[in-house]
Amino acid sequence: MSETANEVERLSCDVLIIGAGGAGLRAAVEARLAGKRVIVISKSLFGKAHTVMAEGGAAAAMGNVNSRDNWQVHFRDTLRGGKFLNNYRMAELHAKEAPERVWELETYGALFDRTPEGKISQRNFGGHEYPRLAHVGDRTGLELIRTLQQKLVSLQQDDAAETGEFEERLRVIDETTITELFTSDGAVRGAFGYRRNTGRFLAIAAPAIVLATGGIGRSFKVTSNSWEYTGDGHALALRAGASLINMEFIQFHPTGMVWPPSVRGILVTESVRGDGGILKNSEGKRFMFDYVPEVFKGQYADSPEEADGWYTDPDHNRRPPELLPRDEVARAINSEVKSGRGSEHGGVYLDIASRRDAEYIIKKLPSMHHQFKELADVDITSEPMEVGPTCHYVMGGVEVDADTAASSVAGLFAAGEVSGGMHGSNRLGGNSLSDLLVFGKRAGEHAAAHAERSGPAELGEDEIASAAATALRPFEGEGENPYELQAALQAVNGRLVGIIRRASELEEALVELEALRPRVANVAATGGRAYNPGWHLALDLRNMMLCSMATAKAALERDESRGGHTREDAPGMDPQWRKTILVSTLEDGEVRLRRQTAAPMPDEILALFETSELAKYMTPEEYQSADRAEAPEAGQEDAE
Amino acid sequence: MSTRTFRVWRGDDEGGELADFDVEVNEGEVVLDVIHRIQAEQAPDLAVRWNCKAGKCGSCSAEVNGMPRLMCMTRMNLFDEGETVTVTPLRTFPVIRDLVTDVSFNYEKARQMPAFAPPEGVAPGEYRMQQVDVERSQEFRKCIECFLCQNTCHVVRDHEENKPPFSGPRLFIRAAELAMHPLDARTDRRETAQDEQGLGYCNITKCCTEVCPEHIHITDNGIIPMKERVAGDRYDPLVWLGRKIFRKDKKSEQA
Amino acid sequence: MTTTDDTSVSAPPRAAIAARTFRTDNWMRLPVLTVIGLTAWVAYATFRVFYQGDYWVADYHYLTPFYSPCVSEGCVPESAHFGRFLPDHPLLPYAALSLPFLLVFRLTCYYYRKAYYRSFWLSPPACAVPDGHAKYTGETRFPLIGQNLHRYFFYAAFLISVINTYDAILAFHSPEGFGFGLGNLVLLANVVFLWCYTFGCHSCRHIMGGRLRHFSKHPVRYRLWTISSTLNNRHMMWAWITLASLALTDFYVMAVAAGWFPDLRFIN
Repeated sequence: MSETANEVERLSCDVLIIGAGGAGLRAAVEARLAGKRVIVISKSLFGKAHTVMAEGGAAAAMGNVNSRDNWQVHFRDTLRGGKFLNNYRMAELHAKEAPERVWELETYGALFDRTPEGKISQRNFGGHEYPRLAHVGDRTGLELIRTLQQKLVSLQQDDAAETGEFEERLRVIDETTITELFTSDGAVRGAFGYRRNTGRFLAIAAPAIVLATGGIGRSFKVTSNSWEYTGDGHALALRAGASLINMEFIQFHPTGMVWPPSVRGILVTESVRGDGGILKNSEGKRFMFDYVPEVFKGQYADSPEEADGWYTDPDHNRRPPELLPRDEVARAINSEVKSGRGSEHGGVYLDIASRRDAEYIIKKLPSMHHQFKELADVDITSEPMEVGPTCHYVMGGVEVDADTAASSVAGLFAAGEVSGGMHGSNRLGGNSLSDLLVFGKRAGEHAAAHAERSGPAELGEDEIASAAATALRPFEGEGENPYELQAALQAVNGRLVGIIRRASELEEALVELEALRPRVANVAATGGRAYNPGWHLALDLRNMMLCSMATAKAALERDESRGGHTREDAPGMDPQWRKTILVSTLEDGEVRLRRQTAAPMPDEILALFETSELAKYMTPEEYQSADRAEAPEAGQEDAE
Repeated sequence: MSTRTFRVWRGDDEGGELADFDVEVNEGEVVLDVIHRIQAEQAPDLAVRWNCKAGKCGSCSAEVNGMPRLMCMTRMNLFDEGETVTVTPLRTFPVIRDLVTDVSFNYEKARQMPAFAPPEGVAPGEYRMQQVDVERSQEFRKCIECFLCQNTCHVVRDHEENKPPFSGPRLFIRAAELAMHPLDARTDRRETAQDEQGLGYCNITKCCTEVCPEHIHITDNGIIPMKERVAGDRYDPLVWLGRKIFRKDKKSEQA
Repeated sequence: MTTTDDTSVSAPPRAAIAARTFRTDNWMRLPVLTVIGLTAWVAYATFRVFYQGDYWVADYHYLTPFYSPCVSEGCVPESAHFGRFLPDHPLLPYAALSLPFLLVFRLTCYYYRKAYYRSFWLSPPACAVPDGHAKYTGETRFPLIGQNLHRYFFYAAFLISVINTYDAILAFHSPEGFGFGLGNLVLLANVVFLWCYTFGCHSCRHIMGGRLRHFSKHPVRYRLWTISSTLNNRHMMWAWITLASLALTDFYVMAVAAGWFPDLRFIN
């Protein structure tokens, strides 16, 4: 076997897309429509990517349910959710283009739930002022990925009709992991990886590469993420010379399952709350009213009566506090549990049974009903669920240009969770699926244009041989079992870099991670190369190490609390930090951190907000220009 | 916590055998947890395919005590204390290693299935569909492509030679989904199902429905309505008579 | 589509597993019960159909469904509501006009197909248990392609259900005029069950509205389809209930006609 096994399969294309989730597939559609030859690499089977886990919906200000909704409102909500740390241009493009991207899916065959007028129905979600999430029950992610998967197949069918060959211009290579990117002179030229099935290597020459690899959640013990989420794209980008931003911001979804232990972390959709569910502690108290932060006081109800009234009369009542952005709810749950008011198994109660009738629950939340029944023996139509925070999403990622999704390395693009900036310090539910579509399309489009400009790429034998040697190293090692090392890494992150952080703990985390590094470098794999999960994990571990380092370092540096980064020793937001972005790069194998000042928001963007709101987040110099735009005379008086 | 005996098939396309593992099992665990424990503690290279571990992605299909199941949705309390649990790969597809099989048959069949055809002259954003009209197709779109139905269907499970002419239940519900889609512009879904996909091979013994983890009524709501559409086209005496008398075009049956 | 190494539809070997099945439950139970149930019913029905007696209770106008419509010259004149035109022959059942249609209606029924393919034909006997046959072409060629003719037999069965209903209404009779007894309840229940089976038939469901693309444009047919679908959900249950109710109804009429016990009368 060894001779054929060491032969490297050589491929080439114009646009190589790493990742076959929503962003990757949307990018593939766009690049193929631009006439490019495209290869999509899927770490698992085609159509199984983590996007299928998304439940609630795709946020797009179509205004189908409440006609007052528009891109400006969506944009404002996104910035509030991200505590104004967002790349405003990305958030703007996202809010503007999301409706078109969702409508487009219908032309690919998607079947969303409908309004009585026959339009796409939209549901309420945390942080969104109006019902905004296009959805299909609570399995929207599945609909999205299946639709895109089928769109790819239909493009292949077009190619087959024209050329007789399905894979003439668009090829999906499944169960394949990329381990290296090849670069020279600050530009990418291709990638190297292995096929899981056989363990055989492949090298793909491509002048343009789109990273769409998702997140890093597998580095945490309690997570809603699957085995694939090992930060591959983040690490590939770092090693290729690109930079990561905002790595300290990790979203803990407030509601993951907590019992039984084997399902701890599995997601319980926010739609449960959007559709009427409430959170209670062990004393039966609806505790979220005690946790509405100052910046959100105006938008959220302060009594159960008002909160309940909102579901039927949103114009005259404020929103229930259960629908605060995820970071707020997760912290509140964490604090209730720490104060001894948690549920039997260390969570809180999420109750929809007493609030909605069984038929409604089963219709709106079929997979939650199924999930709890099958996995926890809980009937959510008659009993409350036990829930607690679970690692869900990383806001940080590859630093990209908002309009083109291009990183600082020529030819390297990133879209979806692997990119950073769009969501600021905290992502709103529903903004992920729309993010995938908006920036997946842009990445595909601009990657195709880049390929057009730069022409074909070529790879050298030496760099391929070196990448192969690196990938085979675990078989030579006498080191530790990768599963034990992964558990050790998860334990460090879970214990010291979790939902609530302290400088001392983060320093400890860095020491422990440093101690793990040589062990990870020496990790050993046993057995053969064909479908060997131990080997695969051994290779993934180094990516997880890099991401964990970047997160811990950035978390230590940022001594304030904002969104998905809460420092117990530095509570509250600091306006100076709002305009400061932490950038991670890799230099000589070490993660380096530097501060970067965020681009100031232009006047027309600032004008979308009330000055009083801007004042909660910004220094006066930053928002005074908005005053002029909004109300020139008053603004000048306010200026110092 | 207790110790159970697991018998797991290990091998590849050149052969293999059942390997016994004594392994710890905790309250509330599913078969996939136990397989992972075997992997972490006893056999690091045990090949198993999985992703979401919540019954949403359809990756961890295998046969547990002979029944096709998702390992992540098969709870250990289904088995008696002391009962040996046998886990084997899907039988219908070529084995890659251990519990992992090559399911590309299903993807090839999917590629032969004509895609959704958007209606002409309807711009994106202008699609109008009523909820009652999309519900039937939505049921089929719940499919997570675990391919348990394809694996269980005796047409290909017990008769390898039927693989070329037969697409299987997963693709029959895809055909039904498009035939019932309110805006699909194609009118030949039933012909494709009968002539290209081998709908006639199905003898509606319903094992696909029995093993579907999404509880899709594959047979009653998908396959049989497709068979009925074909019958309406080719075998219904009243339809035939009506056409003779009114010289109606076939397509007018689209309502 | 995906590419994996060197694979195609009928390529490399499956896992070499010697055991035919690892199922540990009693999967043989269902096929065995089906064989017993169907065989017993067919035996009884055959006996009764060729018995040519005790099918009509003259006093109360009870006619067993196995002899409806009674169209043989051998029929008691009062029991023959649609004329007597078939020759009286021991091998020709009195209801020879309807019985073949009913038989084939059930034979081609989607539920019964499942039941006998699994039990009598072992194709397959249970899920993930090997097929009992080396070759399999399903319903693609003669004779099984004829299963597609279910629609024809549904139309016939529909008409026959109307006749059975007519029989049940005519049976509200006594020598003095209107009357009603336990036999009427039996006949009526049987007819209701027959309708539940017939209206829940997959072909019926298709005709009522299943073939439509836009339910929203056809509210009445949508409603009919919904009713048919609800019954269809329990098609197997109705299939067995009607087998039982047909046999029991027939037995009751036979017993009263033969004078084994008198009909329990509520009115006249």
